Amino acid sequence: MIEFSTWDILRNLLLATRWTILLSLVSFVGGGAVGLLLLFLRISKRKAARAFAKYYIELFQGTPLLMQLFLAFFGLGLFGIDVPAWLAAGLALVLWTASFLAEIWRGCVESIARGQWEASASLGMGRLQQMRYVILPQALKIAVPPTVGFSVQVVKGTALTSIIGFVELSKAGTVVTNATFQPFTVYGLVALIYFALCWPLSKSSQILERKLNVAHRNH
Amino acid sequence: MSLIEITEVRKSYGTNEVLKGINLDVEPGEVIAIIGKSGSGKSTLLRCINGLETITQGSISVAGAQLIDDEVHLKALRLKVGMIFQQFNLFPHLTAGGNVMLSQSVVKKTAKAEAEAMARKMLDRVGLGHKFEAYPDELSGGQQQRVAIARALAMQPIALLCDEITSALDPELVAEVLAVVRELAAEGMTLLMVTHEMKFARDVCSRVVFMHQGRVHEIGRPEEVFANPKTPELQQFLGMH
Repeated sequence: MIEFSTWDILRNLLLATRWTILLSLVSFVGGGAVGLLLLFLRISKRKAARAFAKYYIELFQGTPLLMQLFLAFFGLGLFGIDVPAWLAAGLALVLWTASFLAEIWRGCVESIARGQWEASASLGMGRLQQMRYVILPQALKIAVPPTVGFSVQVVKGTALTSIIGFVELSKAGTVVTNATFQPFTVYGLVALIYFALCWPLSKSSQILERKLNVAHRNH
Repeated sequence: MSLIEITEVRKSYGTNEVLKGINLDVEPGEVIAIIGKSGSGKSTLLRCINGLETITQGSISVAGAQLIDDEVHLKALRLKVGMIFQQFNLFPHLTAGGNVMLSQSVVKKTAKAEAEAMARKMLDRVGLGHKFEAYPDELSGGQQQRVAIARALAMQPIALLCDEITSALDPELVAEVLAVVRELAAEGMTLLMVTHEMKFARDVCSRVVFMHQGRVHEIGRPEEVFANPKTPELQQFLGMH
């Protein structure tokens, strides 16, 4: 039987971590873009647009991410579309992330005082101009801490994609365990790597929250 | 033709009718004070004039621009009437100068240098030229309200709506804001103001409108309205029995 040193294990896990990071980034950036679109629909003046965004958000927040991954992976296969694991993983995570970011950001937009909308409207601005120049710059400041905080959930969410066969950190952990028969060491290291990714994110969320002094800057 | 024509305007929230057929014509250069108890519909009337509230019936036009509830018509109307609010509503993420420049560049597409020159001129006009770089939270309430006036003036409106603009100010700051308004009135700006400053209304306004239960209850020159109120409601409101 071949002996594996701890370094062998760690090296393989770190190589797989690249995919966890990449998938997290794709989900977060893609989810941010889709989320922004959803946000605009959610606060639109059109009833149909608002309803669409509302049901989208309820659907994606109300079902397990795992089911969404399965549906993206197996469901599209039913229509004869061959979906590789990385695509299904990316797609499901983007859509899932978008539903949460849209709702976080809606809260931030709605926390901006009505008077800001009224003042900008009475100066002749259209709705998009109000959003672009008056509401979003203020909402963004409030949105930064919870958004960064949510990115932790995205990183941890990528672990689920191991189930549909995407080889990221968790899947690599399983593979390495099967070869080394050292589950405690391997999963211990996996957990540590996740922690090393997530902890700085939650910490920076806290620091940003204090720095932007969200509660005490309104006028 | 009058500058502002308000004809048979009605406004309901559900079954609650807050404006019950308002008629009011305002001539260019007039300064109108709208007084009345809270809940009499005076603020609602003002907010209807620039489309912040939709009206249920009737019509409003300002210098030929009709109040119609779509973005194009509302914009045309709002370029003609500026509005100043009780809570100032300055944009907190922009400096005083930025506040005055924003709508010029965004709405009128004025070039930056030109918008800045206009902003400086307007801030000077309200006595705050030196506060161009200050953020709203570095200004007193009175200064913030004067920036808000400068911001409205920079769009070169032909009329200004003032919605209880001194009600959120500490008493010692009221005078500086009223001084600016008084100056505007002297320069011939058309003003419609909802106010509780009776002395100011008496001194500066050309007409006083007393609103009661969603109707124009009494209207006239300030010396008549204040000295000889005809209706018992106005007498009571003015504290005369």
